[in-house]
Amino acid sequence: MVKSVLGVNHQGLTDWLIQRVSAVVMVFYSIGLLAYLVMNSPMDYTNWHLLFSHGWMKLATILFFLCLLFHAWIGMWTIFTDYIKPFLLRFVLQVLVFLSLVGFFFASLLILWGV
Amino acid sequence: MHFSIYRYNPETDKKPYMQEYDLDTEANNCHMVLDALLAIKNTLDDTLTLRRSCREGVCGSDGMNINGKNGLACTTHLSTLSGPIVIRPLPGLPVVRDLVVDMSQFYKQYEKVKPYLQNSDPLPAKERLQSPEERAKLDGLYECILCACCTSSCPSFWWNPEKFVGPAGLLQAYRFVADSRDTATTERLADLTDPFSLFRCRGIMNCVDVCPKGLNPTKAINQLKELMLEEAV
Repeated sequence: MVKSVLGVNHQGLTDWLIQRVSAVVMVFYSIGLLAYLVMNSPMDYTNWHLLFSHGWMKLATILFFLCLLFHAWIGMWTIFTDYIKPFLLRFVLQVLVFLSLVGFFFASLLILWGV
Repeated sequence: MHFSIYRYNPETDKKPYMQEYDLDTEANNCHMVLDALLAIKNTLDDTLTLRRSCREGVCGSDGMNINGKNGLACTTHLSTLSGPIVIRPLPGLPVVRDLVVDMSQFYKQYEKVKPYLQNSDPLPAKERLQSPEERAKLDGLYECILCACCTSSCPSFWWNPEKFVGPAGLLQAYRFVADSRDTATTERLADLTDPFSLFRCRGIMNCVDVCPKGLNPTKAINQLKELMLEEAV
């Protein structure tokens, strides 16, 4: 239904929606984490380790990083297409940012895995 | 009053420069910026070039950048400005000469949104009627005079003038989407779902800040986004 109504090229709408939804998810995670830190201050290693050893916390953190990945990618793509006009330079920068973001995501997975 | 005015004649000048003028605005009976510009042209320097027509904020010919903010010279009161008054052409559009800019790109984007009623229903015997409530939905949309103050103050239009429709065009897009007599709503929305035409608007509201008619293109753009979302889910 979506595609038949709006055609196939509705990338702008999808990007816009992803940015809004991911922003809301990140706000909830950040507020939750901040509240936990305030309620359990002073924070020590044991508490910190305990928090991230819960399965649901790992899941929430993975979701947070996934949202950050998409949010940042759409934002950086927008900035590059606004300000960097030479195609080759823009392409190289986009690849670098994309690989960095994917790298950060897998690094965060490894860190969470290690807890 | 002291004026600093952008001058550029591509036939004789290598690059643009600012020219200074001192004008006795009281002796010349000047109230609006346009009065002062015409007094300068008539008494000090007849090579100064600008567009103007109705001199009362209806035609939208004399949009320019006055003390850093886009506006109509004919509706901007001199008493609201602190001197020296710096006047430049509308930003982001190619300068033809002095304060006259080439509006082609602006009109091309306006044309893209098909600014006319489209209706596939059979023609009625007399006319297509609207209820007062349906007509009220067009208030704040139909008043646009296409002066380009909003679009030429929008950074998204500066960076992507060929792809981003701009606030003036998008206000008109919503004007026809909101019109009960128009049946092409889905097609109009579908034409704007790519990443540039509409979604390059990041909501900084320069357009709302400068509109000489007090219109709100950002609100119209957000309503287009909401309608798209409703169509898509």
